Amino acid sequence: MSETTTTSLSMRKFQKVCDILENYEYNNSKLVPILQEIQEEYRYLPEDIMTFVASSLDVPPAKVFGVATFYAHFALQPKGKYVIKVCDGTACHVRHSSALLDAIQEKLGLSDRKTTTDDLLFTLETVSCLGACGLAPVVVINDDVYGGQTPDSVVIAIENILTKEAHNE
Amino acid sequence: MNNTMNIDTLTQIADKYKSQMTKITRRVTICGGTGCIANGSQNVYDELVKQLALTNIDAVVDLKFEDNKDHTYVMHSGCQGFCQMGPLVTIEPDNIQYVKVKPADVSEIVLKTLAGNSIVERLLYHDPVTGQKFNGTKDIPFYARQNRTVLKNIGHIDPADIKAYIGQKGYFSAYNAWTNMTDEDICNDMITSGLRGRGGGGFPTGRKWNLTRIEKNEKKYIICNADEGDPGAFMDRSILEGNPHSVVEGMMIAARAIGANEGYIYVRTEYPLACKRIKQAINDAKNIGILGDDVFGTSNGFKITVMEGAGAFVCGEETALIASIEGKRGMPRPKPPFPAQAGLFGKPTCINNVETLSAVPLIFQNGPTWFKAIGTEKSAGTKTFAVTGNVANTGLIEVPFGTTLREIVENIGGGVLTEDGKVDMDAFKAAQIGGPSGGCLTKEHLDMPLDYETLTAMGAMVGSGGLVVMNDQTCIVQIARFFMRFTQNESCGKCTICREGTKQMLALLDDIIEGNATLQTIDLLEELAHSVKIGSLCGLGKTAPNPVLATLKYFRTEYDEHVINKRCPTKRCKALTSAEILADKCKGCRVCIKVCPEGAITGELKKPHTINKALCIKCGACAQACKFNAITGVA
Repeated sequence: MSETTTTSLSMRKFQKVCDILENYEYNNSKLVPILQEIQEEYRYLPEDIMTFVASSLDVPPAKVFGVATFYAHFALQPKGKYVIKVCDGTACHVRHSSALLDAIQEKLGLSDRKTTTDDLLFTLETVSCLGACGLAPVVVINDDVYGGQTPDSVVIAIENILTKEAHNE
Repeated sequence: MNNTMNIDTLTQIADKYKSQMTKITRRVTICGGTGCIANGSQNVYDELVKQLALTNIDAVVDLKFEDNKDHTYVMHSGCQGFCQMGPLVTIEPDNIQYVKVKPADVSEIVLKTLAGNSIVERLLYHDPVTGQKFNGTKDIPFYARQNRTVLKNIGHIDPADIKAYIGQKGYFSAYNAWTNMTDEDICNDMITSGLRGRGGGGFPTGRKWNLTRIEKNEKKYIICNADEGDPGAFMDRSILEGNPHSVVEGMMIAARAIGANEGYIYVRTEYPLACKRIKQAINDAKNIGILGDDVFGTSNGFKITVMEGAGAFVCGEETALIASIEGKRGMPRPKPPFPAQAGLFGKPTCINNVETLSAVPLIFQNGPTWFKAIGTEKSAGTKTFAVTGNVANTGLIEVPFGTTLREIVENIGGGVLTEDGKVDMDAFKAAQIGGPSGGCLTKEHLDMPLDYETLTAMGAMVGSGGLVVMNDQTCIVQIARFFMRFTQNESCGKCTICREGTKQMLALLDDIIEGNATLQTIDLLEELAHSVKIGSLCGLGKTAPNPVLATLKYFRTEYDEHVINKRCPTKRCKALTSAEILADKCKGCRVCIKVCPEGAITGELKKPHTINKALCIKCGACAQACKFNAITGVA
């Protein structure tokens, strides 16, 4: 990649951040919503952007990193195209949500430490409660809610996505 | 621009809504709560609108019509509560509720019910035990035995239509509070009503308001705490989704009482629909002139900002929530100073829970004595509970304080669900109440009336109202471990004893589950639990050991069984179980022999097989492969 394209790429990258900061009037008490919007844009919080946000808001980078690492919602690593959230709230837990987690980990070759597939297609997370306890156990893939799941049904849902992705290519 | 709402306009909107409703001869309500949408209620709605257009039924999907003709109104509502049976389609005034409706059922509903005035019997709710049919919400025990006040309008009005809310006397209480009452009167009425905080603590709301009211400061804040982090509780989500304007109005009355001109609603980001609906409600209230710089012509302003949380359970704690709004790590700080004295940005701040604020307009509509008369003496009013777990009817319910656990689980909840899906009240083992901060109730508590005091006396708490029913196949040590892992994950790390203590408690529970524990482990666990309780700053740490202490209190023998006999009575702890083949169920088909990776299973064709426990690695492959459920002890 030539030097000029790199510069224009990173300029575009920071332009979006500037717009977001502008929207919040560079108000450092709005740090959480600012980071939320940045994450929506990039699917995670890149390190150079966090440093940029810190100097723009005139706060130490440590503060921005501190906030970013405190909240579960923020990711410092890129997430997959499909984010699978397995609910492990009480209601889902007593209806055996852990079996779903095992099945998905086995299907995608993931573990508690490795949560994103190498092709950046899937990220697997557990969440404490999605508030859809009536449908326990619940799995959410991006914005689609799958209620009353079994290990077999959740694997079928993943296979359907894989088929769809294979067709798109 | 003169965009201030006055009483004439408000009355006009309400009258117009009422007169339009007289033209609605039939109302078809499709539940649009998170649960029903996940089960495909949007497709049912779309299909219904499509099919109705093909008939001569004059159907409308909003109240924009100006003519004088009769209409059938098809609308979305918030969560109707009966999530187990969704998607729900309710038809009024016929008192019909169809359950588990699929798009394919719609043509039959249109043909038989909406055009033909008869009932599609197969879509009615059938009692899982007796098979008895019930027509609608007036007869279904799940609804008929509740006392829905805060939840009443959820499921009856379109949450996205501010005029529907005004048509139900909405915003009239706020008008009255802002124009005809003094701040002191409002606080006194709240104290008379006896309303206590619904978020967990149970502090009297009127007194909380008064504490903020008496502070002298130009700037004060009212915050609505919608950071509903307790796993297993979803009442706040349902209220925000199903009746967001009641929260806005409650905040307006609170703001008037304490003298605040700015409000924040702190919502979990895990609730996208709730965020969307409350933001829309605030916008609509602003556009119609209810919120703004000159509320009801009093020349005082009030504005509300929605802040989405970023996934930290500890932010349910008042001071942590304030830190989070200020753009910091959501860590609690010592009290005093209380938020009433120095809260958000150092200004006097009052923080109320969603359900609390949603009850406020009702108290001012019906009078504080009306509210006081419901419930028990010290715990006035009704409480919503999210009933989930091993129970036949999961969903959101509302009952007066003083209702017994048996009434909730057996009659409203329809009884306890066993592992093979049957309903059997004898299978009741425990109910976990109050989430990770709460305790558990056992068989002996089934007939005790539930309110703030009795629950605290039993080592549990009302909490936000999550009630998880567990059957006799649930391992109580695993449940304690589950909550411990949750609080351990969510500990913010500020207090050493909470950060490290919960970690060690979790390790001790793991020892018990994995068969590495001695009786000293339990003693140490208990000792540590008390230390964490005493040595932590905020509610999270103070209550984190509750599930362990409560389960130790009521299920000590089950802990002992794990530790002394290295046996898990419910066979849920993998390390303590061994695989066994039930000779009476085994057909001798050799399937398990083929899948066993260790060659641990032997036996002749058509004769019961046996497992060599020394070779077995408890992988569970055999149990999964067996078609006759003949293998127990492995998952």
